[in-house]
Amino acid sequence: MTTATRKVLFEPLIVNNPIIVQILGICSALAITSKLAPAVIMSLALTAVTACSNAAISAIRHYIPNNIRIIVQMTIIASLVIVVDQVLRAYAPEISKQLSVFVGLIITNCIVLGRAEGFAMKNPVWPSFVDGLGQGLGYSLILIALGATRELFGFGSLWGHPILPLVSDGGWYRPNSLMTLAPSAFFLVAGIIWAVRTWKHDQQEQADYRIQVVHRTETQ
Amino acid sequence: MPRDKERPGYVLSVAALVCVVCALLVSSAVVLLRPVQDRNALLARQRNILEVAGIYQAGQPVDAQFARIEAHLVDLATGDYVEGGDAVRFDIARTARDPKASDAVAADVDVARIHRRPRQMPVFLLRGDAGIETVILPIHGYGLWSTMYAYVALDGRGERVKGITFYSHAETPGLGAEIENTRWRESWVGKRLTGDDGTVRFDIAKGQPAPDAADFHVDAISGATLTSNGVENMVRYWLGEQGFGPFLARLRDGDA
Repeated sequence: MTTATRKVLFEPLIVNNPIIVQILGICSALAITSKLAPAVIMSLALTAVTACSNAAISAIRHYIPNNIRIIVQMTIIASLVIVVDQVLRAYAPEISKQLSVFVGLIITNCIVLGRAEGFAMKNPVWPSFVDGLGQGLGYSLILIALGATRELFGFGSLWGHPILPLVSDGGWYRPNSLMTLAPSAFFLVAGIIWAVRTWKHDQQEQADYRIQVVHRTETQ
Repeated sequence: MPRDKERPGYVLSVAALVCVVCALLVSSAVVLLRPVQDRNALLARQRNILEVAGIYQAGQPVDAQFARIEAHLVDLATGDYVEGGDAVRFDIARTARDPKASDAVAADVDVARIHRRPRQMPVFLLRGDAGIETVILPIHGYGLWSTMYAYVALDGRGERVKGITFYSHAETPGLGAEIENTRWRESWVGKRLTGDDGTVRFDIAKGQPAPDAADFHVDAISGATLTSNGVENMVRYWLGEQGFGPFLARLRDGDA
């Protein structure tokens, strides 16, 4: 693997993570991470769609007329999402039911179209595929972290297996029901962003405005 | 690379080509995966029936467990079994749309707001040493937004509820969708739906019931009055004369 490929693949994991740095794909990160299993399946689905759509769009990028490029990209993305949805319905019907509308909403997931327009339209097939894979993995990393944390503290289990014995089953752990609600994912994402920015100072943005003390003598 | 990518003819042909390729991709995925999906749908239905009967064991093959269940089609008007036909694969929604296999329901008796009723409906029986132990009836009716489909399990004489499962609906998540809530569904267990003479006395309401009606009473779901009413109405319809009434009468007489 060349250095460039490695950079494209691994940079989105932390340094250029789609969720915590580009702030894309937040909606699904809040909605389907109350348990680990749907979070993992959603991650796989999105990674597959982003990688394949990037590769397909990159392959025909020289032939796409500029004025209908977004429609062509959406058509390809939508078709891939329908295929993924059908595969999930066939092989993971339970989880597909839990994910319900969110698999279909991969079509409108900002990450997929963002990478198609921002990367695949300008780069050859292989780097585009790797970029899709990398962005998908960055998304997956956050989703799996959220899913694991929320299921562990909200339900006392991981992947449906009890880890912390619940009070209702005679154990000692009283589940934190905030973790089962979508806002908890918001707090967790914020916590992760804070942690990463403390670690990597260059991600901290310069303040747009600064409040200054203005002495009366200066204004007169 | 084409020289003039903005020429209308070129734009149209690219658009058409992309559509054809994508359409082929999508339709072949749908066609190729249909058999697997159908099999999953059947297994899910069998599992729902086993669960409502209270005999589902997780981890065991569903088909093997379902072998204990006896499935029949019932002629609703007479309450008699109908020979032939596949009760397990019976599609209630599709049959209700078929004018040859269903009847329009008159507005004054259509409490469940189903509009059309299949002439035949499936029933599922679980037999033990002492005859029929559990009877499972498929019921459906309109809630707030959607038609709700459920299985209700009764004891062998059709008197007391053993369980209820809603397997398809689109009620409001968090409010009406609480019909799936385990605790609420458990509050049905042991209740009676019909009085001694076979009339439906079941009632879903807020507050304390009259002492003589407590046996027939289930608490309504808070914030979901219209869905709760819909559930009560579907029970009233399907347990009454229009629904499984004649079949349940035969069951009480012990000749089902």
